[in-house]
Amino acid sequence: MSAGELTSPSRRQFLVATTAVGGGLLLGFGLPTRSELRDTLTTDAPFAPNAFLRIDRAGKVTFVIPLIEMGQGTYTSLPMLIAEELEVDVDKVALEHAPPDDKVYANPLLGAQITGSSSAIRGMYLPLRQVGATAREMLVAAAAQRWKVEPASCLASSGAIVHVPTGRRLRYGQLVDAAARVSVPDKVLLREPSQFKLIGTPHRRLDIAGKVDGTAKYGIDTRVPGLRFAVLASSPTFGGRLIAIDEAKVKAVRGVSEVVRLDDAVAVVATNTWAAKQGLAVAAPQWDPGPNAKLSTADVVEQLARASEKPGAIARHEGDAVAVLGGAPRRVEAVYQQPFLAHATMEPMNCTVQVTQGGCDIWVGTQIPGITQAAVMKLTGLTRERVRIHNHLLGGGFGRRLECDGTLRAVQIAQQVRGPVQVIWTREEDIQHDMYRPYYYDRISAALDAQGKPLAWSHRIAGSSIVARYFPPWLKDGIDPDAVECSANHPYDVGAIHVDWVAQEPPGIPTTWWRGVGVTRGTFVVESFLDELAVNAKADPLAYRMALLDKNPRAKAVLQIAAERAAWDQVLPSGRGRGIALCTGFGSFIAQVVEVSVDKDGTVNPTRVWCAVDCGVQVNPDTIRAQMESGIIFGLSAALYGEITLKDGRVEQSNFGDYRVLRINEVPRIDVALVKSQESPGGIGEPGTSCLMPALTNAIFAATGKRIRKLPVSDQARSAE
Amino acid sequence: MITLSVNGKSRSVDILGDMPLLWTLRDVLNMTGTKFGCGAGLCGACTIHLDGKPTRSCITPASMGVGKRITTIEAIGTTPSGRKIQAAWLALEVPQCGYCQSGQIMSACALLDAKAKPSDSDIDDAMAGNICRCGTYARIRAAIKKAAGVGSAEG
Repeated sequence: MSAGELTSPSRRQFLVATTAVGGGLLLGFGLPTRSELRDTLTTDAPFAPNAFLRIDRAGKVTFVIPLIEMGQGTYTSLPMLIAEELEVDVDKVALEHAPPDDKVYANPLLGAQITGSSSAIRGMYLPLRQVGATAREMLVAAAAQRWKVEPASCLASSGAIVHVPTGRRLRYGQLVDAAARVSVPDKVLLREPSQFKLIGTPHRRLDIAGKVDGTAKYGIDTRVPGLRFAVLASSPTFGGRLIAIDEAKVKAVRGVSEVVRLDDAVAVVATNTWAAKQGLAVAAPQWDPGPNAKLSTADVVEQLARASEKPGAIARHEGDAVAVLGGAPRRVEAVYQQPFLAHATMEPMNCTVQVTQGGCDIWVGTQIPGITQAAVMKLTGLTRERVRIHNHLLGGGFGRRLECDGTLRAVQIAQQVRGPVQVIWTREEDIQHDMYRPYYYDRISAALDAQGKPLAWSHRIAGSSIVARYFPPWLKDGIDPDAVECSANHPYDVGAIHVDWVAQEPPGIPTTWWRGVGVTRGTFVVESFLDELAVNAKADPLAYRMALLDKNPRAKAVLQIAAERAAWDQVLPSGRGRGIALCTGFGSFIAQVVEVSVDKDGTVNPTRVWCAVDCGVQVNPDTIRAQMESGIIFGLSAALYGEITLKDGRVEQSNFGDYRVLRINEVPRIDVALVKSQESPGGIGEPGTSCLMPALTNAIFAATGKRIRKLPVSDQARSAE
Repeated sequence: MITLSVNGKSRSVDILGDMPLLWTLRDVLNMTGTKFGCGAGLCGACTIHLDGKPTRSCITPASMGVGKRITTIEAIGTTPSGRKIQAAWLALEVPQCGYCQSGQIMSACALLDAKAKPSDSDIDDAMAGNICRCGTYARIRAAIKKAAGVGSAEG
C-alpha cells in the first residue's frame, strides 16, 4: 500500500511520562496523526502515548511495539532506534505487542495502527529515537539531582548514568522512581549520525530463533483449552448465496460437531481440521450463484478498456500535453495491462475466536489490530474492552492481512459455536476468496522531438480504487493517490504532462493492497514505456533515462551504480538480454538491472539481478538487503506467472499447482548494493517488487524484441520469433 | 487407536488411520511447529521425516507413520545435521516471516543426511518442493552450503 505518502507527518511530538503501575518509568509519545480514521478511533485520551517504553527497578527495558513482524525485520530495527538513544543493549529490550488502538498506537504516516506501506522506519525513525532520548535525559536529570551535580556533567552509558568527573555510576533500575518524577523535557538532543553506535550497523535479527526450531507462534498455532477446528466454503461465485447443504451427511462424519450456515458460506466444525475437511467434502452445498455468475476476465477487461476511453479525474496537468500530442509528427502510444493477483501468503488465512458472555477473544496475525477490533465491535455490538485482539507473528502479509474479512468470518462462525474455534482457510479457499490486487488498464502516449526526447506525455489509469473502499478520506480532490502513484509523480522530465484516472470497479470482485500496489502498477507502466521511447529514439535505455533525470541526482546515482555493477555496456550473446528500471516509491530510490536468457521455445530464465538502493539513512543494513532479495523474488513470481482469472464467475486458480510461484531452482543470482545516504529514511518492504517487473520485461525485449505490455509474461516470449 | 513414535516418544492417538500426519501432529498432539501450507503436497511447509526421509505430512496418512520413526522440527535440533542447519540458518539470517522454514529445515537436514557435501543441483533437487513466499532461497542455499562446509558461494 502506498496511500500514506501524501503529506508529511507533523514533527510536533507530545511526550508524557507517568509513574508506571508497580513502580518505574513509563514513557510514551502521542503523535498528531495526519488524518482521522472512520470508526476506529477507540480511545479518548488526548495525549495518551502511542508507544510505551517501560523501565522497571531491575533496569529491564520493555518496548510495547505497535507494529507487527511479518518478516521485514521490524522487531529488530524499531528497538534499535530506542536503544541507540537510550544507551542500552538492543538484545535486552523486551518486546510486548501493543493492544489495538488506532489513536494511541497509530503509525504516524498512516493515521492508524497499521503495519503497511513500507512505513515502519519512515514513520518511527524520529519518534522512537525521541522516546529513547527523552528517557535518557530524564534518567540523567534524576542522577544529577541525586548527586547534586550539573546534568551536563553526566552521561548515559550501557544502561547506567555516569558522573564523568568522579566516575560515580547509577544503573537505570536504581533511577527509575526518581526519573518518573522529573518533568518531561521540552526538547531533547538526538545523537548526531556520526555518533551512531547501532543505527547503520548490522544487528542480528531478534525474531528468528523461534523460526528455526518450530517454537515461533503464528495465529494458526493458537492452542487454547477446548479448541475445535473449522473449515469453510464460501460461495464459489462472488455475490452468491448458500441455498442448501446435506447436513445429515456432514454430521455423520466422525469428529464433526456442528455445521454453521452463513448467507454466503458454510463452515464445518470438528474436533480436528481433518474431520472438518472430511465433513465439508460431503456437504454438497447448493448455491444461488448471484449476479456475477457469468463473469469472466474478458468482461472485466472490456469494462476497463471502455472506461479508459473517457477522460478521468486529473492527477497532474502541466502544459498542454493534449495539444502537443495532437500536432506531434512523432508519437508513441501503448496500452499496458496488469492482472488480478492473489497474495498466497504461506500461512493461509486463519483466525481463532472464542465468544463468551464476557466478550470475544480473537487470536490472529494482523497488520491492522485497531481496524479489526472496530469491525468486530460493529459486527457483535460489543464494547471495545470486550473485543480482545491477541496479535501474532504473520506468516506473510504482503497486504493480505491489511484486511479483516477473515476475522469477521471467523467471528460469525464462533457466534454459533460453543467454545473456542479455529477457522482455517484451505489453500483453495485462500486463493479463490482472496481480496485481489486490482486489474489495471493503462493508456499512455508521448510526443517526441526530432532526437526522440519527450515533448509531451499523457497517461490514463483505469482500475479499482482500494482507497475509496478502504479509507475514503485518503482520496484527494477526487483522486485515489495510490492508484496514480509513480505516474502522476514520476521523476522524469517529459515536457507537458497530463495524467488522469478513471475508477472502474470489477463487478463483485474484492480488491485490496498488494506488495507495492500503486507503486508496482505505476513503475511497470512508466518504466516499460520509457524503454519503448528509448527504442524509438534508438538510444541506450540507461542513457535515455539519465538525460531526463537532471533534477533527480539520487535517481541518477542508483541507476549508475546498478548499471556499473551489471557491466551494462557488455555485449551479450543472442538469446540473452538486460533490462533496467528505476523505482522512486515509498521515499526510496531503487534501480535494478535484470538479465534473462530466453530459450528457443520461449521459456524465460532470469539469471541475474543487480539492485542498487538508496533508502536514505540505513538502520539495519542486512534487513534492507534481505527485503530487496525478497521483493525481487516476489516480483519475479508475479511478473512471470502471477494471474488470477475468472470464468463463469469463479476464480480459476486454486493452489500452488496453478498459481505458480518461484522455487529455489528458478531464482536468479541477486547482487544488492546499498548506497550510503543521510537523507530521511525511505521504505524498503515493497519497492524491490515494483522495480523488478519492468526491469524483467525490458530485459525480455532486449533478448527477443518482444515487448511485454500485459502481465504476466507467461508464454508470451514464445511468439518472439 | 494408533500408536506413533514421535521424536523418540511413543504416542497413542485416538484417530482413524486416514488422518494425515500433519493434522495428527498439529490438532491432536498440539505440536504446531509443522506447518499447514497447501494440503496437497505442493509447498513443503509440512515436511517431516519418516525414518529420516523427508515426507509431506499433509498428504501422508497417520497409518503410514505406524512403525516408523517420526521426526519433526521440534526435535531436529537434537540431530547432528539439525544442529548444523539451525546454526547456519541463524548465522545467515535465513528466515523472514519464517512460516515455511520448519519445512525448509526438515528438507535441508534430510539432504545433508543423504549427501554430506551437496552440489547446487543436489540442493535444487532436494529443496525445489519447498516454497518460500518471502524469497529466502539464496540464503537457504548459502546456509545449506555453510552447514555442509562446502564454501559460502551465494546464489
